[in-house]
Amino acid sequence: MAYFLQQLVNGVALGAIYGLIAIGYTMVYGIIGMINFAHGEIFMIGAFLSLIALLLIAALGISNVPLALALTLLFAMAFAALYGWTVERLAYRPLRGSQRLAPLISAIGMSIVLQNTVQLLQGARVKPLQPVITGGLVLMEGDGFVVRLSYLQIIIMLLTLALMIGFTWLIHNTTLGRAQRATEQDMTMAALVGIDVDRTISATFVMGAALAAVAGLMVTLYYGVVDFYIGFHAGVKAFTAAVLGGIGSLPGAMLGGLLIGLIEAFWSGYFTIEYKDVAAFAILILVLIFRPTGLLGRPEIEKV
Amino acid sequence: MMLTVEGLVAAYGRIEALKGVDLTVAEGEIVALIGANGAGKTTLLMSLCGRPRAKAGRIRLLDDDIAHLPTFAIVRKGVAIAPEGRRIFPRLSVLENLRLGAVTADPAYFDSDLKRVLGLFPRLKERLDQRGGTLSGGEQQMLAIGRALMARPRLLLLDEPSLGLAPLVVRQIFDIIAAIRAEQKVTVFLVEQNAHHALRLADRGYVMVNGRITLSGSGAELLANPEIRAAYLDGGHG
Repeated sequence: MAYFLQQLVNGVALGAIYGLIAIGYTMVYGIIGMINFAHGEIFMIGAFLSLIALLLIAALGISNVPLALALTLLFAMAFAALYGWTVERLAYRPLRGSQRLAPLISAIGMSIVLQNTVQLLQGARVKPLQPVITGGLVLMEGDGFVVRLSYLQIIIMLLTLALMIGFTWLIHNTTLGRAQRATEQDMTMAALVGIDVDRTISATFVMGAALAAVAGLMVTLYYGVVDFYIGFHAGVKAFTAAVLGGIGSLPGAMLGGLLIGLIEAFWSGYFTIEYKDVAAFAILILVLIFRPTGLLGRPEIEKV
Repeated sequence: MMLTVEGLVAAYGRIEALKGVDLTVAEGEIVALIGANGAGKTTLLMSLCGRPRAKAGRIRLLDDDIAHLPTFAIVRKGVAIAPEGRRIFPRLSVLENLRLGAVTADPAYFDSDLKRVLGLFPRLKERLDQRGGTLSGGEQQMLAIGRALMARPRLLLLDEPSLGLAPLVVRQIFDIIAAIRAEQKVTVFLVEQNAHHALRLADRGYVMVNGRITLSGSGAELLANPEIRAAYLDGGHG
């Protein structure tokens, strides 16, 4: 029981991170119908930005941890957002209106460019970081096993929850959110009511990138290591989460992320860690066989 | 002139749908464009909004040349359209659809405009929280017109407002168009296959054949024209 609970805690924390990245995939897919393969790289850049910011802040002698984290978060979100905006502007917007495959190939190219740029600038070696947030709570002790919930895990869960609530609110209640949903449903009609569709799409990329940067910071703190290749792995996982939850669906991305995180944690905990990806993808395949639109995806028929 | 179109050429790919269209719409007028299926009527309305973009010719709204502007910028100059197929946002509520219509309008007018549109279309009032995609055809048409009105347009473009509607609803919609013009001093340019209704309502009309304007005149003149009667009113191409 204690062991189970520990895996649950680990899985939820991991799932929260996947969910944050998955939102970027699902929103971009929703609005322009393409998979932004460079999104994983934006997450990786967010992780590097966090690392740089943390080191800079330490060098400046700011030792107040909450302040340092808040500054890091702002720094990483702002610059990752800039990356997200630029990627869309350079690699996708010029291809809008061309055939579906073109921006997809452009996205893969963008992903390689970003990965190699970071590799060249930062080196290929793994970058370590001293633990910033230590300690935690002991939830229970049983069978000689101690269930721990670290402060960092608490922060990850609470921050993710807050961001998801805020984000859902934004999509449903603001002018920008309404413009995004309108653009998603009928791009031509959105322009015909006076929405600047290009700007709305840019905003979507910016929002997705900012959330990926939050995930980047979390991973940096959680694992304490960053390298140029983490974007690929996390990207594939988060993309899987988005598809599992139903691509295009915001709650779906959150649910999918959570499930992938839990599957990985439990599989690693009870079976072998080497096959945790196999487990995650096997579940994805099973779900897609029985629900091709994902768990919360809407059937295509509804599209007009 | 509210709208001046000169030598407008527009194409979908290599198919030239408009082959040099000239027409004018004066402020406060209701002008109808009639013609058979495939004559280019919808293309004309849409190209006034920049989709497809004019390949040649000029489109002036009051004194501004709008032919080169992006669609959203044209709309922000005061053009609103209830397009072919209505294009209601299917997964947004009726209220949200109306809110989107008001994207370009001064938010200060939102409440009073909403009240007025719901006054014109009481059916929408009962369905405010319903998704647009669940409305009936007639209700969707009302919503499309209502959404366009929420923009407080100077020029209202209506594409086949009667299409697929029961005769009673058609009469209702045309009555409302007349009322809108009278109350709000909106200029209306509408495209119709239902030539009879359209010409009775309109101050003036144009007839389009194969991407060109072939006839024009007052609504009454066109209604009395034997060619038109044969082609568009007494069966004919329908």
